[in-house]
Amino acid sequence: MSERVNVKKKSPAPGTPEPGVKPDAIDPVAAAVSAAKAEAVLPSLGPVAMLRWAWTQLTSMRTALFLLLLLAVGAVPGSLFPQRPTNPSIVTQYIKDHPDYGKILDSLQLYDVYSSAWFSAIYILLFISLIGCVVPRAIAHYKAMRSQPPRTPARLSRLPEYGTLVIPADAGIPASDAIDDAAALLKKRGYRVEVRDRDGARPSLGAERGFFKEVGNLVFHTALIGVLVSVAAGGLFGYSGQRILVEGDTFVNTLVGYDQFSPGTNFQSSQLEPYSIQLDKFQITFDRESKGKFGQPIDFKADVTTKENPGAPAKQEVLKVNDPLSLGGTSIYLTGNGYAPMVTVRDGAGNVAMQGPVVAKLQGDNYYSSVVIKVPDAKPEQLAFAGFFLPTAFVTPEGVSFSGDPDLFNPQLTLNSYYGDLGLDSGSPQNVFELDVKKLTPLNARNLPTKGIVLTPGATQTLPDGKGTITFDGVKRYVGVDIHHNPGQAYALFFALLAVAGLVTSLYVNRRRVWVRTGTHEDGRTMVEYGLLARGEDHRLAGEAVAVRALLAAAWPLDDADSQPVPSAKADNGRAKTGASGAAGPATPLEHPAADFIQSTAGSPESKKDQ
Amino acid sequence: MPMINETMGQYSELFMLLAAGTYTVAFIAFAWDLAKSSKTLRAVDLKAAELSGAEAARVPVGAGVGASSAALDRADSDVSGPAGRAERPTSSAARGGGAGAEQTADGAMLYSAERRVPARVAVALTVLGVAIHAAGVITRALGAGRVPWGNMYEFLTTGAFVAVAVFLLVLIRRDLRFLGTFVVGLAIIMLVAASVAYWTPVGHLVPALQSYWLVIHVSIAVLSSALFTLTFAMSALQLVQSHRQKTIAAGGADKLGFMRLVPNALSLENLSYRINAIAFVGWTFTLMFGAIWAEKAWGRFWGWDTKEVWTFVIWVVYAGYLHARATRGWTGTRAAWLSIVGYLCVVFNFTIVNQFFNGLHSYSGL
Ligand code: HEM
Repeated sequence: MSERVNVKKKSPAPGTPEPGVKPDAIDPVAAAVSAAKAEAVLPSLGPVAMLRWAWTQLTSMRTALFLLLLLAVGAVPGSLFPQRPTNPSIVTQYIKDHPDYGKILDSLQLYDVYSSAWFSAIYILLFISLIGCVVPRAIAHYKAMRSQPPRTPARLSRLPEYGTLVIPADAGIPASDAIDDAAALLKKRGYRVEVRDRDGARPSLGAERGFFKEVGNLVFHTALIGVLVSVAAGGLFGYSGQRILVEGDTFVNTLVGYDQFSPGTNFQSSQLEPYSIQLDKFQITFDRESKGKFGQPIDFKADVTTKENPGAPAKQEVLKVNDPLSLGGTSIYLTGNGYAPMVTVRDGAGNVAMQGPVVAKLQGDNYYSSVVIKVPDAKPEQLAFAGFFLPTAFVTPEGVSFSGDPDLFNPQLTLNSYYGDLGLDSGSPQNVFELDVKKLTPLNARNLPTKGIVLTPGATQTLPDGKGTITFDGVKRYVGVDIHHNPGQAYALFFALLAVAGLVTSLYVNRRRVWVRTGTHEDGRTMVEYGLLARGEDHRLAGEAVAVRALLAAAWPLDDADSQPVPSAKADNGRAKTGASGAAGPATPLEHPAADFIQSTAGSPESKKDQ
Repeated sequence: MPMINETMGQYSELFMLLAAGTYTVAFIAFAWDLAKSSKTLRAVDLKAAELSGAEAARVPVGAGVGASSAALDRADSDVSGPAGRAERPTSSAARGGGAGAEQTADGAMLYSAERRVPARVAVALTVLGVAIHAAGVITRALGAGRVPWGNMYEFLTTGAFVAVAVFLLVLIRRDLRFLGTFVVGLAIIMLVAASVAYWTPVGHLVPALQSYWLVIHVSIAVLSSALFTLTFAMSALQLVQSHRQKTIAAGGADKLGFMRLVPNALSLENLSYRINAIAFVGWTFTLMFGAIWAEKAWGRFWGWDTKEVWTFVIWVVYAGYLHARATRGWTGTRAAWLSIVGYLCVVFNFTIVNQFFNGLHSYSGL
């Protein structure tokens, strides 16, 4: 952008166009660029000049474009490689699977693209460039909004839109009145108008509108900074966590209540409001209609009882996908579910060593899930079970069991059992869903004479060697909930909406200038000429010219035959037929671009006779 | 849950098939129009050249297009006019890219008096096709009892419908019939791909998609993509046309006669800029509504999920495109390339990302 800003700084009358020349795309820009280039090769650049040069480069439109494209390219690898923040275990696996380049990718931060040094560098530079671009433009625009419309160009006929009107001598509208009329009409149309030289021989006016285009653009860019800051603030002060709840379980919003917790950098545990959620019942509706999707879940519904705080009254609520709960400044989402078979394990002494639901982890189709049961309290030796839970068990002729349906038509637990030291007392944390069997002795297994354990609800299996029994009591469901607190998101939404408003304003408001000049012809007629110029993209300028002309024409009794809109090269305007009708006009002042319209012979009695 | 109506689903597939068939005939008619027009133009050229020497060779295209002959008048008398205007034109500046401008169709893309029978037949067939297609989309929606965009099959069939419908809507005001082969051809490909590779029977939505945000977010995304489709075609033509204009200006032979039906490069650039600006606003909404929905569904409005990444990449590329149009040395051909790259990202996002990238958005229904 600095190119444009530089232009404005260098020309004493900002925005004053040379007649007919668009100020936005003219040679001074090239001059500024080449000046910058010349500066660049100057051998004796001091450090200050160097810095200024670097700043100019950084805030240039070209750099902004380059950084934008770089941002797009830089974002791509994050979709090609697994990312740590979302899938830490997949990243570990990926590095293992690709010993040749897995580590190299890691050193390039390709598993943490969006927090990597290089990605951060790109967007930080972009936003510095953005600030360096927006601030000077805002200042320049503020000045432009307070200054008068630019002076009237000497030759209006050079403007992209130009036309003339002739008021007959007997209408009694002198040049000064005509310019007043035009000023009043343009003001009503939303232009800011300045009349010049009203009582002189050639009164004229300059008018401008559409300052909100630039305002919108500035608001858009500034709001982007707001979005970025809000997102960053959310990361600092927010937190998120996960918890699995089996039917009947209650979650209390304290640190120990979470299975997993990721605090923001500035998180304090006092931020947690001690609300509670109890999962009463979880229901799934399966698709039993369509053939292709038979058995697919089509609705998840969790009935919960919530309390704002331990003393508050209980409230019945429903938690669904796409329909989170709001409690204590957090949002609670339903993100997963599965089955939790209930088992009772008695040890060799006949005491209940473990009783309750075991969360089964989804492994395959139709809720084919893995089950790990650790029984550290069993005596004399600790017990463990590992195997599968199938809601609707089928067995192929080859003896392979699979789940034929997600619903509980034929629930089955198939387990191996082990005994030995589970290693839980060593203090190092263990994954509850995994069992390390290396140090354990198998009791039941498919390849042992004891065979594996196969249980249906209500059944009990006695373990070999009097090690105890296991009973399959029934099945409950569980849900996984995500709990999030993000103080930045309301701000992010606000700034995003602001950005859209700015964007739309910037794209659809048009900044235009109109000049009108009047004068009295030797023969007494009042001659009016007008020209229009757009700043920036404006495909409706021709339409505006027509509208302005119609307004002026309606104000005066016109000498119609003498007035013509001037056909300009309309290749891209919004009107259908104007270009063609304009072409039908007789000889126009354009034939003599240098001629003075007001004293021209166009439309004069003589030229009429000629026709 | 509304009931699934399989019969409706079968009707829908029949309609889709009929629509694809109708489009195929329309495609042939559009192609015929291109071939025939370039032939006639050449014949008229020859005759004109015989009549009054090389200078008259300009007439055929200028004739029948008032505005562009006016443009020539103006251009001739305006040689001393604004220098930068053709560079970044406003309303009246698009007066063709110098020599060779007269070798292209009217830059205003308005309908001329010239009768192009095959083109009319093609448009009529396309209208018929889109009506049948609409019936297909509606019966699909009725059969499933919900909006017809819940899986790849439906994205494709509904997306193709929107693309053709948007094209026909633009045709009301602008003569973009030169894009006919492209748009209709793309619709055929999409319908065939949907039926062959992505066929999915009518069914319920997975819970993650059961939200009114599906209606808002996806409809805007499909609409913006349809607009991007148009600008992609125009930018591609712009590249060809500007190459051709350069060749002709340098005195080379015009090997791409059918490109005379296509407006000059500058006009293509201007119109595609305007459409891209609308589509960019639409894409901004797609991105925002997607974020709001993600917040509702997964508890975070932005998580760099693969689909989110690509939606963002597309947004940034088109932001780059809008910037390029205001950056010296980046208008014209380079901006057109950005528009093309942006569209390739849209296609990539829709095909490869939906199918092969795992993410929370794996709803392709495969
Ligand atoms: C976060 C990065 C940026 C994004 C996403 C972005 C996006 C956009 C978009 C979409 C537009 C077109 C709509 C409008 O006119 O308001 C635009 C215009 C503009 N941007 Fe940016 N921009 C970014 C950074 C910058 C920077 C760093 C600069 C300055 C060096 C800049 C300068 C401009 C200018 C001058 C325009 C007006 C162009 C015209 O006259 O058509 N932008 N930007």
